[in-house]
Amino acid sequence: MSDQTPTPPPDPILTRFPESVTKDERKGYSGYIIKPDKLLDFSGFVRDTLGYDYLSSVTGVDYYPEDKLEVVYHAYKSTGGSAFVYKTQIPRDDAVLPSLVPLYHGAEFQEREIWDLYGIRFEGHPDLRRILMWEGFAGHPLRKDWREPFYEEDIKPYKNRWPEGHASYIEDKNPFHNNVVYPAGFDPTTLTADTETLLYAGLAKAVHPDGTLKTDSVIINLGPQHPSTHGVFRMAASLDGETIVDLKPVIGYLHRNHEKIGERNTWIGNMPYTDRLDYLSPMSNNFGYAIAVEKLTGIKPPERAEYIRVIMAELTRICNHLIAIGTLINDLGVYFTGMLYALEERELILDIFEAVTGSRMMNNYFRFGGVVRDFPEGVLEKIKDIVFERLLRKIDELDIYVTGNEIIKERCQGIGILSPEQAISYSITGPVLRASGVPYDVRRAEPYGIYDRFDFEIPVRYHGDTFDRYLLRMDEIRQSTRIVQQAISAMPGGPIFTGKPQYIVRVPAGESYGRVEGPKGELGFYLVSNGKANPWRYHVRAPSFINLTPLSAMCRGHKIADVVIILGSIDIVLGETDR
Amino acid sequence: MYGFGIIKSLLLALQHFFGTYWDDFRYGRKRYKTPEGIAHRSSKNARGIFTIQYPEEKLPTPEEFRYIPFLLYEEGPNGEKVDRCTSCGICAKVCPPQCIWIVRSTEPVTGKPIPAPKEFYIDVDICMNCGLCAEYCPFDAIKMDHDYEISVYDRANNMYDKEKLSKPVSYYASIRPTNFVSEEKARKEVEAARAAAKAAQSTPSS
Repeated sequence: MSDQTPTPPPDPILTRFPESVTKDERKGYSGYIIKPDKLLDFSGFVRDTLGYDYLSSVTGVDYYPEDKLEVVYHAYKSTGGSAFVYKTQIPRDDAVLPSLVPLYHGAEFQEREIWDLYGIRFEGHPDLRRILMWEGFAGHPLRKDWREPFYEEDIKPYKNRWPEGHASYIEDKNPFHNNVVYPAGFDPTTLTADTETLLYAGLAKAVHPDGTLKTDSVIINLGPQHPSTHGVFRMAASLDGETIVDLKPVIGYLHRNHEKIGERNTWIGNMPYTDRLDYLSPMSNNFGYAIAVEKLTGIKPPERAEYIRVIMAELTRICNHLIAIGTLINDLGVYFTGMLYALEERELILDIFEAVTGSRMMNNYFRFGGVVRDFPEGVLEKIKDIVFERLLRKIDELDIYVTGNEIIKERCQGIGILSPEQAISYSITGPVLRASGVPYDVRRAEPYGIYDRFDFEIPVRYHGDTFDRYLLRMDEIRQSTRIVQQAISAMPGGPIFTGKPQYIVRVPAGESYGRVEGPKGELGFYLVSNGKANPWRYHVRAPSFINLTPLSAMCRGHKIADVVIILGSIDIVLGETDR
Repeated sequence: MYGFGIIKSLLLALQHFFGTYWDDFRYGRKRYKTPEGIAHRSSKNARGIFTIQYPEEKLPTPEEFRYIPFLLYEEGPNGEKVDRCTSCGICAKVCPPQCIWIVRSTEPVTGKPIPAPKEFYIDVDICMNCGLCAEYCPFDAIKMDHDYEISVYDRANNMYDKEKLSKPVSYYASIRPTNFVSEEKARKEVEAARAAAKAAQSTPSS
C-alpha cells in the first residue's frame, strides 16, 4: 500500500537527532519538540550548524489540562528570514530545564521571567532570581491554577455584569481576608526581605591589588524614584570610586501581569491593553497584536487599511524617536530646552492621532482585518503639512542644535559600546542593534504588512556607542518621513475593514508569533489559541525588556554619570519592561 | 573649530527666544485666547510659544475624541425620555476592563425580559476610554462623550448610574455632527428595510 505514495525525503534535523526530536504535529502548530536532556545540544546545533544566531523570544506555556509546561524558542538568522521554532515539554511538578544563557546571552532575562512566572528552574543560569515579582512571592502567577486576591472568574466576560449586573466595588464583595491563600507554614512575623541580600551578593566588588590606591567599595541604588531612569526603574551599582564595577537592573515596580490579564480578556478586548505596553508608541503595539491574530485567523486587511496602518506606525516611530532624543538630551543635563524642541513636533503628530483615533496616546485603532475608521476630513492635509514641510525643517534644526554640539559629543562618544557580536548574542533589537553595525530590521528581514513596497533605507551606524544610537534615531526619523510620504502619495481609496466588525472574534486553534519592528526594537506577540473566545497564551516579547539585558556589560568601567545616558540611549519604557 | 558647535546651538536657542517675542508682536493680542490664535499655534507654521494656556483656553476637541461613554435617549413629544438602549448586554460583554453593569428590565407579572435597562452603571474609575462599547453597540445607544473635566473629591461619585449617564440625542448631534448624520441615515435605511419586509410578509397572508 505504501509503495504508491512517494516517501518524503527525511528531515535532516530528525535524522541528526533520532530519538529526541519530533516534529510538532498538533493542528495549527509548527516547529520541533525536543526532549529536555538534548535541549542544549540541539540549541547548539541550531545556532552553529543551521545558523540561527539570534534568539528572539523564549517563553513558557502552561498546558494545564495536559499537565505539562512547554517552553517555546523562536530563533532567527541575523541576516534575515523566517523563524526556526522549537519547543520542549516538561511535567508541571518537576519543571527543570538546562539554561541557554551560555549559548545566547539574550535568554538571561527571559529565562528569569519564565522562572518567575511559571516556576521553571533553569540549570546553569548565572543569576536565577525572580525578575518581575519580588523574592519571597508565593507561587508563579502565569500558571493556570494560580489565583490572585479579588479573583472573579477565569475568563471575561464576567457573568455578574449582565443580565443582573448590580454594580459594586469588587473589594466590598470579596473581602481581603477571605481571598488570600497563604503558603503552608507562612508566618508574617518572620517575613524578611531577602531580595536585597541576594541582589547585593550577586554584585561584583572592586578588587585592589597591593600597592594601588585603596578606594571604598560602595553600592549605590539609582532609583526606583529617580527622574533619569524614565520611570520606576532601579539600578544597583557597585562602585570603585566613581567607576562602575558591576551593575544590576531591578525591574518589576510597574508589573501588573499584562499577560495574565491578556489571557482572561477576549481577543478584541486585548487591543486597548496593548496600547498600555509601550505607551509612547501605542500604534506599533496595536500593529503587532493585529498581525499575530491575523496570522491565526487568516484575515487580510484591505489595501487602504494597510496604507493607513503604515502611515500610523511610522508617525508613531517618529514620535517615539523624538521623545528618545529629547530625553537623552535631558539626561545629559541640558534641562528642558532640547526636550521641548522635540516635544513640539510630537505634539502636532498627537493632534493628528487624536483627530483620527479619538485619543492622543491610548489609540486602540487597529482591528483584526483593518482599522477602526477612515481618516476624517482634513487629516490627510495635516499629515502632509507635517511630513512634507515642517518635520524636515525641524529635524534639521534639531540636528544643528544637538549633533554638532561638542559637549554632547564629549559626553556620548565612546560611552556604552556594544559590539555587533555582543548585540546579536544579547538578542538586542531596534536602533541599539543597528547602531552596533548590524543592519537588521524586521521591516526588511521579514516584511510584514506592505513594507516591501516602499523605498527606504535601513540606517546603520558602526561605533555602537551612545552617540551613534542618537544619530541612528535621527536617520530613522528621516526614513520614516520618506515612508509616510510615499504611503500618502500611493494611498488607494476603498474600504478600511474586511468583513463585518464583530465583537466575538473566531480564532482557530493553533499558535502564532507576529512581530513588527517597533520603534524600540522587535515587538513580538506569541499567541496560543484553543479555539475559544479568549487566548490560551498571550505573550509579549517586549523590546525594552530584552534590550536591558546587556546594560550591565555596557556600563562596566564607565563613570556613574554615564549610566544615566547609557540607559537613556537604550530608550526603555517601563510600561513595556515591567508589563 | 572646537566650540563652534556649542555656539551654533546657543544661537539656535537665542533665535527661538527672539522668535517668541517676534510672533507675539506680529499677532498681537489675537494670538492668545482666541480660536484663530489656538489654530495658528497648532499649525505647521507655529513658532514661539506653543503651549495652550489651560484652563483659560482649551484645544478644540476633534469630533472623534472619546472620553467616558454616555447613554442616548430620544425626547418624546411630551418631553418623556425614551432610551435607545435595549439592555442586550453587548457593551457589558465587550468592555475590556468590565466596568459596565446592566440590570435588565423584566415584566413584573410574567418575568419576561423587556428590551430596556432597569439599571445601568459605569465605573468611571475603571473605564479605559477604549470606545469598544460605542463601536459595537448595534442600536447606537451608547456613545463616547467629549467632556473630559470630570474630577471629583469622592470615589463614590465615580460610579455613574443611568440618570447621570443619559444624555439626549440632540447633545450627541451637537458634539459629533458628521457621525450623527451618517448614523441617522443608516438607521433610517434599516428601519425602511424592516418596514418593507414587514409589509411584504403581511401581504401574502392577508
